[in-house]
Amino acid sequence: MDLAELLIALSESSGVSGYENMPADLIAKTWLGYADEVKKDALGNVIALKKGKGHGKLLLAAHMDEIGLMVKKIDDKGFIRFATVGGFDYRTLVAQEVTVHGKEKLRGVVGAKPPHLQAANEQKKAYLEEEFYIDVGFSSDKVREMVKIGDLITINRSVQKLNGQRYAGKSFDDRACVVMLTACLQRLTQLNHNLDVYLVATVQEEVGTRGAAVAAFGIDPDLAIAVDVCHGEFPGVRADRGFGLGKGVVISMGPDTHPKILTKLKEIADEAKISYQLEASTSAGGTDAWSIQVAREGIACSLLSLPLRYMHTSVETLDLQDIKEGGRLLSEFALKADRQFVEGLPCF
Amino acid sequence: MFLKELSEARGVSSREQEVRDLIREYVKPNVDEVFTDSLGNLYAVKGKDKQGPKVMLAAHMDEVGLMITNIEKNGLLRFAPVGGIDPRVLVSKPVAIGEDKVIGIIGAKAIHLQKPEERTQVLGFDDLYLDIGASDDEEAKRLVKIGDVATFTTQFQELGDLFLGKAFDDRAGCAALVELTKGEFDCPVYFVFTVQEEVGLRGAAPASYKVAPDVALVLEGTTASDVGETDEANYSTAVLGGPAVTVMDRSVISHPQVVARLFEIADKNAILLQVKRTITGSTDAGKIALSRGGVPTAVVAVPCRYIHSPVTVMSVKDWEQIVRLVELFVCDIAHKGVEF
Repeated sequence: MDLAELLIALSESSGVSGYENMPADLIAKTWLGYADEVKKDALGNVIALKKGKGHGKLLLAAHMDEIGLMVKKIDDKGFIRFATVGGFDYRTLVAQEVTVHGKEKLRGVVGAKPPHLQAANEQKKAYLEEEFYIDVGFSSDKVREMVKIGDLITINRSVQKLNGQRYAGKSFDDRACVVMLTACLQRLTQLNHNLDVYLVATVQEEVGTRGAAVAAFGIDPDLAIAVDVCHGEFPGVRADRGFGLGKGVVISMGPDTHPKILTKLKEIADEAKISYQLEASTSAGGTDAWSIQVAREGIACSLLSLPLRYMHTSVETLDLQDIKEGGRLLSEFALKADRQFVEGLPCF
Repeated sequence: MFLKELSEARGVSSREQEVRDLIREYVKPNVDEVFTDSLGNLYAVKGKDKQGPKVMLAAHMDEVGLMITNIEKNGLLRFAPVGGIDPRVLVSKPVAIGEDKVIGIIGAKAIHLQKPEERTQVLGFDDLYLDIGASDDEEAKRLVKIGDVATFTTQFQELGDLFLGKAFDDRAGCAALVELTKGEFDCPVYFVFTVQEEVGLRGAAPASYKVAPDVALVLEGTTASDVGETDEANYSTAVLGGPAVTVMDRSVISHPQVVARLFEIADKNAILLQVKRTITGSTDAGKIALSRGGVPTAVVAVPCRYIHSPVTVMSVKDWEQIVRLVELFVCDIAHKGVEF
């Protein structure tokens, strides 16, 4: 499976926070082809070890959970009311195809109050949360037989190939970065790298970066790089918050980032002629970086980001070139960062 | 039944070629004559020289879509609706653009970057862009051009006991008409597949002028609002409630005697028939009824939820009933005539 195929397969698999089995199995199977060992921990994080020359333990983390919906009520006509798991813009859900994970998988569509039943002023407003429901095309008896409260619902979207190396799809946040980790891993098999590399596909990031904390404790690394998505440039997005697609990964500068790792990443990228962008991020909460940084007695950490347009929609858009080049940067880092560098991290 | 093929075929108003070619192929073995006119309406004729009233059955081939109106410097595309599309259904959907079916997606600013009050605002046509993955206008111009039209890419699928697909308005009607061409009737029947209904009922007027029918039925896909917490009084029509007869909409008052005849036939043959409860929308019937010296005309429709969106939903049972109803209606007209 090449990187594009892996991106498509991971994007189209279903794994809402807490229920990441499907992408987890695919990732474990893929990584087993390149790593020295692959295991799952108690929360479901997938952890691969690619041994290097033993100069230190590097943790690379990207999360594999996706935002989704949960069944809240089945009404007398068989329509399903739902809650969200993770941050959704309801406006992106109208007329969306979904899968209801009941006893069997049921296809559904998200409906909202029909426009001709709305007052003229209502039509000028976005639909309200309580106006949404899911239609599975069955009577209420049948729906109640197949679906129960608490069942999960995922968004359906086959990956759309756009121009050049651009792709649109769901849950590229953050499985695209799992693909970046895989690109790194593939390249590490060709390199005699200094660091022992632990690649982790984490669980439950979208509900509070939970998997990463546990993985960081378990692995107890010397240093870590969390890889997540950042916003792509788009009209209406401030220039300092939106980054170009196809212009390289984004190195974050801010509290998440250990100053020496930041310098090293830039140095290595320049040497290897890897383009990158810089983000001044005053408090990049909301990624695995923070959880890892404060695990055990504290871990030297950094955040690398992949530019992504339309985050948390079913048409998140990225450039595969950024994934490939990001993978190259990570592998160059594992190759070149050495014992001396690792030992210098606590020395301020 | 060619509903799947017809639903997935692309035919935005004035660009109906793909749909027309399919229908021409489907009806050819069943009818005496097939021809088109200068607007692109497709006619299939059966029993032209037979005695008895001339019946016109019409369904429109076109669907709502988008048209590219500008290619921006940053490679994103501006677009306008062709026909009535609520912009609220567009966000986060893929579309296929132009003859090469270039894929584009309609994105929205990430929720993380929005102020809470923004989330209650409708993202309108002025706020939306099509993204085809081009990094600038030059790259975009190699793939698409201004004036290209775009359609939803929805695949026809089962949805529980129902069907899910795009453009059931009015490919459900087209598919029913194709099915009806198999029937044997004792009167001349003109099956007319019209163009440009969604942009102002344009194909139907010249078509009915040309055919000059004694009686006409328009087969439609119409709004069903039997959804969520709507009360029954506000259902426009209900899926699985049988075909819906329009008594009145914005364009037409269906001929009362034709409506009465439809109910009579439905009663006699145990066909479920419902009345469309809302008077919104307009159909080709508005033009046909006023054609030449006037034509007794009625609308019968397959109820469709989420009409004019990428995911319309209908029941094959309603569709089968409409085919049966119209077939019986034409037979009835052939025998009893049109002395209303």
